Amino acid sequence: MENQVDKADKYIKDMVQALLSVDKMKAKETLAQAREAYQPVEVVEKVIVPSLEQIGEGWRIDKVSLSQVYMSGKICNEILQDIIPRDCIIRERQLTIAIATLEDFHTLGKQIVKGFLHAAGYEIVDYGNGLSVDSLTEHIIKDKIDVLLISVLMLPSALSIKELRKRLKERQAAVTIVVGGAPFNFDDKLYKEVEADYMGKTVSDAINIIHAIETDRGV
Amino acid sequence: MSLRMTPMQRILTTLGHEEPDRVPMFLVFTMHGAKELGLSIKEYFSKPENVAEGQVRVCRKFGNDCVNGYYYAPIEIEAWGGEVIFRDDGPPNSGMPFIKDFEDIRGLVPPDVKDCKCLTKALEAQRLMKEKVGDDIPVIGTVVSPFSLPVMQMGFGKYIELIYEHKELFEHLMRINEDFCVQWANAQFDAGCTAVGYFDPVSSTTIVDKDLYLRTGHNIARRTLSRIKGPTATHFAAGRCYSIIEDVIQTGTAAVGVSVLEDLQMIKNACKGRITVLGNLNGIEMRRWSQEETTAIVKDAIAKAGKGGGFILSDNHGEIPFQVPDDVLLAIGDAVNEWGRYPLKWLDK
Ligand code: B12
Repeated sequence: MENQVDKADKYIKDMVQALLSVDKMKAKETLAQAREAYQPVEVVEKVIVPSLEQIGEGWRIDKVSLSQVYMSGKICNEILQDIIPRDCIIRERQLTIAIATLEDFHTLGKQIVKGFLHAAGYEIVDYGNGLSVDSLTEHIIKDKIDVLLISVLMLPSALSIKELRKRLKERQAAVTIVVGGAPFNFDDKLYKEVEADYMGKTVSDAINIIHAIETDRGV
Repeated sequence: MSLRMTPMQRILTTLGHEEPDRVPMFLVFTMHGAKELGLSIKEYFSKPENVAEGQVRVCRKFGNDCVNGYYYAPIEIEAWGGEVIFRDDGPPNSGMPFIKDFEDIRGLVPPDVKDCKCLTKALEAQRLMKEKVGDDIPVIGTVVSPFSLPVMQMGFGKYIELIYEHKELFEHLMRINEDFCVQWANAQFDAGCTAVGYFDPVSSTTIVDKDLYLRTGHNIARRTLSRIKGPTATHFAAGRCYSIIEDVIQTGTAAVGVSVLEDLQMIKNACKGRITVLGNLNGIEMRRWSQEETTAIVKDAIAKAGKGGGFILSDNHGEIPFQVPDDVLLAIGDAVNEWGRYPLKWLDK
């Protein structure tokens, strides 16, 4: 057992190092080694998820830069296809999760969050960017979304989430709203003001928050 | 007690690392002038006369020590033929990037400032501002750094890939952007600006790590700033910079705009006597500060960075959000007047 943990720790350490130095070859080698020891699902849960969590957390405390975060997600998704067979379903059951940027044209936050979640085995519906409150409301109702992730960069966009919440309440949509992006990192109370359910300070919080919602909803 | 100084004297004294009559204050307004004139943000920016009048009015209303002569970051994208998207309750944003493929960079030619209607309009506004305030109040211009501009030129994700994976094209783009940036900054000095803000948040450690900064943004800033003909203040637009502060000082900039995510005292200690610190009130949170909170926060910043000059109290981004109410802004000014009088005797108690 102890040996197993040590082994996973070593893979994680190698993986984090490879990703932070933007070394795709080394990251690929590490995952190939891990694949010899683990099933595909375990590679994701035991190596990829904890590595990405460390990197996301590193950004929050100024030890890792955003460009490293972005490249880490990108590399993971690129090599994942080679390591894990296409028809392999990582998560048998999952909530219906969507992501969007609301009244905002900044897509990097969304791209990064989606990339991390995808590498962690989640399927995410992407509604794109610059959506209005009206159109996002319609999408959520139509697709019966359980969890909506919103990434914004501009303060007015963050403030418009309150109107979205109001519309969704009127339509009795049981959707959990998770928000993130720069304005929320500068004001801890903003997510409550706009009546979101959760706020993530860094990309890897998205994974933790979804885990928490899954537990909460018994998935 | 020193005699009352003009804003210009106050700023020059603090930039010389001496104590003026009181802590200088830069509240960087871009949109509040529109409110003042009862115009929409789009209408406001459509005429240089509006902007000059609005900016000078808000400067006087809030007792500011500078007139902000800058429109908005995407104005530079407009100059390159790109799209700007306006909204009623916030700053305009750049639209679809105009560099679609990496190879597009090879054929890129920087615009000539004097041929760009949007830029000549902004220069005209600066000229009018200077006419209104003369030499008493500094007019501050702004450029987006050559290293930060590509986020709007080509999109952020693609730009990060360019930096890591297409080094030659990256260098090529930097040379083109440097030429444009120098031309645009110098035109603002010609229009009457006293200093120009060099907005370089991509160099912040929030966005790139120190090693990468030293290989990229740092060299670009050294080259660019040496060709700009007046004083510059490097601004990280609320991105972090503590771990690169020594390198920032080496670029030859006169001041540095720092984030609320930093320890202002540590920054001031590192910069003391070398470059002026500009910061670091949280503009996003500011919307809902009470009078008491405002006073406490202003006092805290002054306590951490005021002594010895070399400090300008400002918001941490270089733009006060449209949603920040007048009461808070007036309370900031009141607190500076009450607690910012040099020699800051209350700090010795
Ligand atoms: C670099 C930067 C710039 C650069 C590039 C910006 C860009 N992307 O286009 C330049 C110089 C071009 C720029 C310009 C402007 N900027 Co600027 N800029 C920044 C800075 C330093 C970083 C922004 C960034 O892109 N980060 C990358 C993204 C991906 O980071 P992020 O949103 O924080 O996301 C991370 C986490 O929050 C999390 N996350 C994100 N989404 C989600 C979602 C969920 C569900 C979860 C769980 C997590 C999560 O994951 C990410 C990685 O960990 C910030 C300040 C700061 N320290 O953050 C200001 C900031 C974004 N800028 C701001 C503004 C206003 C502007 C301008 C409008 C100024 C002007 N008047 O012209 C322009 C507009 C630019 C445009 N595109 O049109 C404001 C926006 C807030 C506001 N006041 O409204 C900020 C926040 C500064 C501030 N404190 O006020 N800027």
